Amino acid sequence: MPKPRGRLSEWIPGLLVGQPRGSAPAADSWDDEALSLWTLQELSYRGFEDASDHAEWDPRALVVRYELEVALEARLRARWADHEPRAAVPVPADLPAALEALVAADDGPSLADHVRRRADLDQVLELLRQRSVYQLKEADPTTWVVPRLPTRAKAALMELQFDEYGNGNPNRLHAHLFARGMEAVGLRPEYGAYVDDALPETLELNTTLSMFGLHRRLRGAAMGHLAAFEMSSSIPARKIVQGLGRLGLDGAMVGYYDEHVEADAIHEQVAAHAICGTLAEDEPDQAAEILFGAFTCLDLEARVARTLLDAWGVDR
Amino acid sequence: MGRGPVSAPDFDHPDVVIHPHGPMLVRGASSVQDADGTVHRVERAVVALCRCDKSSRLPWCDGTHKVIPRR
Repeated sequence: MPKPRGRLSEWIPGLLVGQPRGSAPAADSWDDEALSLWTLQELSYRGFEDASDHAEWDPRALVVRYELEVALEARLRARWADHEPRAAVPVPADLPAALEALVAADDGPSLADHVRRRADLDQVLELLRQRSVYQLKEADPTTWVVPRLPTRAKAALMELQFDEYGNGNPNRLHAHLFARGMEAVGLRPEYGAYVDDALPETLELNTTLSMFGLHRRLRGAAMGHLAAFEMSSSIPARKIVQGLGRLGLDGAMVGYYDEHVEADAIHEQVAAHAICGTLAEDEPDQAAEILFGAFTCLDLEARVARTLLDAWGVDR
Repeated sequence: MGRGPVSAPDFDHPDVVIHPHGPMLVRGASSVQDADGTVHRVERAVVALCRCDKSSRLPWCDGTHKVIPRR
């Protein structure tokens, strides 16, 4: 289990072995809150060796998880309202174009540009450690959404996820390609290896993905997030390939990003049109949610980028 | 319950889809010949073929169309 970052995350391990000490204390920082929620959500993925298998559905854990997710969602919605106080809801046919416009207008700082041009090896390794929290379970949070979608969006999401999962070949599964890449650059490839190094921004990016994936109510936001992620991925992946080459890194990590240049150029079309477009047609009330999810993806990525670039003293 | 369509329609599901200002998606191809005559094996269920001719991965789309001005 990860190293605690405050009162709540110190309390959680007791809960996860079925012996909580008293009731849950309030989190004493954003960091504490983010790590606590990440830990509780992780019970729905691979869990922890030292946690009880019953912890995932323990009502005491669910209460804490629910409260943390309510607070997280409120924060994300406030950011979206702040960014776009009167967001126009597009008619379903215009939704893919609205997504494209949202992604094109994104002016968040680019980590990929920095990697391509100037990053040193330590910075690239730090970035990979941050990325590994998600990339080692790449696509998994999105898979939760499959049974919650209408027919066309469901089939299209499966088409995309099948590619994420290597088209049935475990050696091509994207999370596995990333693990191989981690190994190739001398980092630990095992699931969750660098959670103790994760910035609160990285944890929030991950807890948001899990929350979007695990709440049926948030299916539109989950699909919007997916679309924005895929739509802002292939060109940055190419820049990272160039940066890794500049630093003399070759092999499996280059292979991972190389794969994403091509794969995400396909996925962005599938996500914008066949998934989000048809979801909005079939469930028009999801159009606004799709845009909220797309904005949230870009915004959370920008927060991670700003924090890392500032820590490195990079002008942005 | 009661969510979803009242009928079970036969959906359009073309093998080739041209995206406006974007690539051509092709489903179920096993090989593709590029403009130079080189044949590329296809290892995925769906591929995106470049239509702007500016991709660094021809014949595949690499997203470059998004950074070139639209005609």
